[in-house]
Amino acid sequence: MVKPIVVGAHYGLKDWIVQRATAIYMALFSLVFAFCLLGLPEFSFSAWTELFSAACVRFFGFLFVLSLCYHAWIGVRDIWMDYVKPVGVRLALHLITFFLLAGYAGWAIRILWRL
Amino acid sequence: MTEATLDKQAPRLRPKYLNVFELGARLPLPGFLSILHRVSGAGLFLLLPFLLCLLDLSLTSPAAFDDFKDVVANPLCKLLLLGLLWAYLHHFCAGIRFLLLDVHVGVDLPKARRSTVVVFVVSLALTLIIGVKLW
Repeated sequence: MVKPIVVGAHYGLKDWIVQRATAIYMALFSLVFAFCLLGLPEFSFSAWTELFSAACVRFFGFLFVLSLCYHAWIGVRDIWMDYVKPVGVRLALHLITFFLLAGYAGWAIRILWRL
Repeated sequence: MTEATLDKQAPRLRPKYLNVFELGARLPLPGFLSILHRVSGAGLFLLLPFLLCLLDLSLTSPAAFDDFKDVVANPLCKLLLLGLLWAYLHHFCAGIRFLLLDVHVGVDLPKARRSTVVVFVVSLALTLIIGVKLW
């Protein structure tokens, strides 16, 4: 049994919770979205864009994008923390990951909202 | 003051770090599932720009939509997407198992081993079904 010694830093509880909350949201979204796809009459440009231009798909899709990026940030950061020991390299990888994910979020939101 | 109380509690028990690369072939099935959860997550992260590219293309214009269909029809692309589909489904199923373990469902070893098999079977079967349905 590990006995944590409280010295005032945060121990990643927030990230732990956010990782799981975003996972649950994305799982539910995936299921609903999969059923929406099954209900599509045909896979054509008009049907496909109509699905994505629906207000609720945009609303919940936006939340999906945010969840995905936050979830991926925690997961990838954990990978760097586990396997990359030199502090400089680790910091660089953290920053690259962060900026990539921020950029992806912007890109995805643009795709969703320009329709 | 705080330093003194910290000293008293030594030696402290810390979480044990196990290097998965050294564990190698001795990894039991649940450990294998766990590392695949990480690998699939990393793969999805690395290929996220590719997926965003495809989504972008498919929603730009009717002409771009045709381009999207051509790209997706490429055998190499199909294989890559099939791999990503498996990664997503494995991450999904293994993730649900981890969430259940978090709330102490199926923690004891026989149940944990059984749920590992269920995750592998369900994720692979779904990959096969969806893969065949799409192509």
